[in-house]
Amino acid sequence: MASVASKLYTDDVSLVVLSFVNSILLFNQLNQVVIIATGFNTCGYIYDSSLSSVASSISANLSSGDAKMPGFCSEVLKNLEEFMDNDESLSSVDAVNGVGSSLFSGSLSMALCYIQRVFRSGPLHPQPRILCLHGSPDGPEQYVAVMNSIFSAQRSMASYITGGVYLKPQQLDGLFQYLSEVHTASKPVGVDFRASSVYGRAQSDASSASGQKRKDPS
Amino acid sequence: MYGIEHREVSNSRGRRLDRDEDEDDEDEDNDFSAWERAYTDERSWESLQEDESGLLRPIDNKTLYHAQYRRRIRSISSTSTAARIQKGLIRYLYVVMDFSKAAAEMDFKPSRMAVVAKHVEAFVREFFDQNPLSQIGLVAIKDGVARCWTDMGGSPDSHIKALMKKLECSGDASLQNALELVHEYLNHIPSYGHREVLILYSALSTCDPGDIMETIQKCKKSKVRCSIVGLSAEMFICKHICQETGGSYSIALDELHLKELLLEHAPPPPAIAEYATANLIKMGFPQRAAEGVVSICVCHKEAKVGAGYTCPRCKARVCDLPTECRICGLTLVSSPHLARSYHHLFPITPFDEVSFPNGNIAGQKSLERCCGCMHSLVNPGSGSVYCVTCPRCKKYFCLDCDIYIHESLHNCPGCESLRHSNSKAGVERKDQYCLILFYLDLASGKHDNSSTDVNCDVCFMGDYEVLHSKFDAWSGKDNYVKETWLQVFGF
Repeated sequence: MASVASKLYTDDVSLVVLSFVNSILLFNQLNQVVIIATGFNTCGYIYDSSLSSVASSISANLSSGDAKMPGFCSEVLKNLEEFMDNDESLSSVDAVNGVGSSLFSGSLSMALCYIQRVFRSGPLHPQPRILCLHGSPDGPEQYVAVMNSIFSAQRSMASYITGGVYLKPQQLDGLFQYLSEVHTASKPVGVDFRASSVYGRAQSDASSASGQKRKDPS
Repeated sequence: MYGIEHREVSNSRGRRLDRDEDEDDEDEDNDFSAWERAYTDERSWESLQEDESGLLRPIDNKTLYHAQYRRRIRSISSTSTAARIQKGLIRYLYVVMDFSKAAAEMDFKPSRMAVVAKHVEAFVREFFDQNPLSQIGLVAIKDGVARCWTDMGGSPDSHIKALMKKLECSGDASLQNALELVHEYLNHIPSYGHREVLILYSALSTCDPGDIMETIQKCKKSKVRCSIVGLSAEMFICKHICQETGGSYSIALDELHLKELLLEHAPPPPAIAEYATANLIKMGFPQRAAEGVVSICVCHKEAKVGAGYTCPRCKARVCDLPTECRICGLTLVSSPHLARSYHHLFPITPFDEVSFPNGNIAGQKSLERCCGCMHSLVNPGSGSVYCVTCPRCKKYFCLDCDIYIHESLHNCPGCESLRHSNSKAGVERKDQYCLILFYLDLASGKHDNSSTDVNCDVCFMGDYEVLHSKFDAWSGKDNYVKETWLQVFGF
């Protein structure tokens, strides 16, 4: 049993993510997936597999012309379109040069609130996992908020180390393979404990796909 | 002294000082244990209610719990968020436990000392979770003398191990001896640390070799802040100590209350103006030692392979963080340890309660769900809505999310999800005094102006205003560091 929240970015990546989400749902019938989108101005829930019933997914399947796609895909894509339109409309007049940072801390906080709710509602405790697909650079103003979320995650999962894996894929074409690998086998690789600048990391060259992750040593 | 004999004569509830004489008649039997008292005195069945068809309505524990939490938050936040409160993040705390004859009393099941030991263990864990840079030491009072039970240390393991051992109590308790011992030990700690003592006192008397008032004045002069949690009745001397040194005195009514009182001391208290000193503290950020390297660690003095950290100044190996390098005396921490303390410095504002009796949130159907967990805010039975809203981002949250956000997460998901509210928060942060981490590349000397990745091994931490002036002097060296500094703290 696992519930996974993931964040989507561009249309190219979304197809890969949809097939990955489908594979998770097929893996175990008790698996639940929640998708949260992180934009430049807002964050929002895109899809929650526990809310959509079987009947609605079947009817959606019949209505969509393409019988190969599962029912939830159209719902996800529709919600994603709405979210992106909403996000763009909220942008202020002066556009940011280059790629701005996204509101990572916001969606991470929302994911943690959702997981807390799942823990509270029922006697069954699933194994929650958060998968973050991060395309934009880190925003330094979010450092404190992101660290708060990480420490809260550590506490509520009752484990001393979140045990996450950080991977920077060199080729986006192989993204699906990366995702499946990370999901099935996660053994954390070497960590860097120095107080290196969080702010500079994302802008360094993508020359190494090493599993460097800021891991809490306590 | 006379303390113990009085207890056997009086009511088992004698410590509740505000009870009327009339109420004593209801307690016919003094030997009830706490679970029996729940039936005879508290009558828990009377709080059940029936609805129209005669079925039992479930007891709404959630709103009770939430009301309790809000009272707690209100009492804390009324002072902290409005004014500029400086907090001591580097605390040196001694927990003094009473193992005199009075600790064998059975009014806390199985005995006072067992209950105290259990809750001190939970306290120690919580303390290190909230104050990773601080240190705790344990002191035991027994047979009229105070002994240092465990040394001052930054890791919970040694303290918890000591607490798990078999505990014995005997003799009298001596407050003066405990204060003298703690005062002596706390004199050796550096001036930037905050000196605190927490005494868990079960006895009703104190056997002192000299004048305790002199000891209290000594502690006050050394800036030691004493707080006491009593398990029996209120004592004047305890109240006096706490008043003089600026601590807090409270009496535990039962086990749950004791736990609450203890855990209140876990988050850092507001610093007393005269006690707080502003200076720079040098800290090192050690690298993890390479796998397979054999070296002798300074803490255990034995050869170890691999996993450990190397002190950036003297290259000695230490096993655990945070700690102090025994060779060169540099305080060694890792950045997550510092980050754990940030939420004390940047607390989020408490949410406001709102209720909409007809289930229509501000006329918008789309706001029916909690912003954090997507749970429906509408009460299924009555159709009304009772929720909380963040005063900054105006989003609505359910009660459970409110408790989680304020007690564990310390981020409002609504504020974090809005681009524009970030800048407002940044401007407010600039006004707060705090210990700020400052990136500086001194000792390593491998600073490269072209790279945007600033790694440092030794850095300074200090008071905001002291750093601000130093920062301007250093800012010419690295434009990128200055830029990120500005972005994080918004000035």
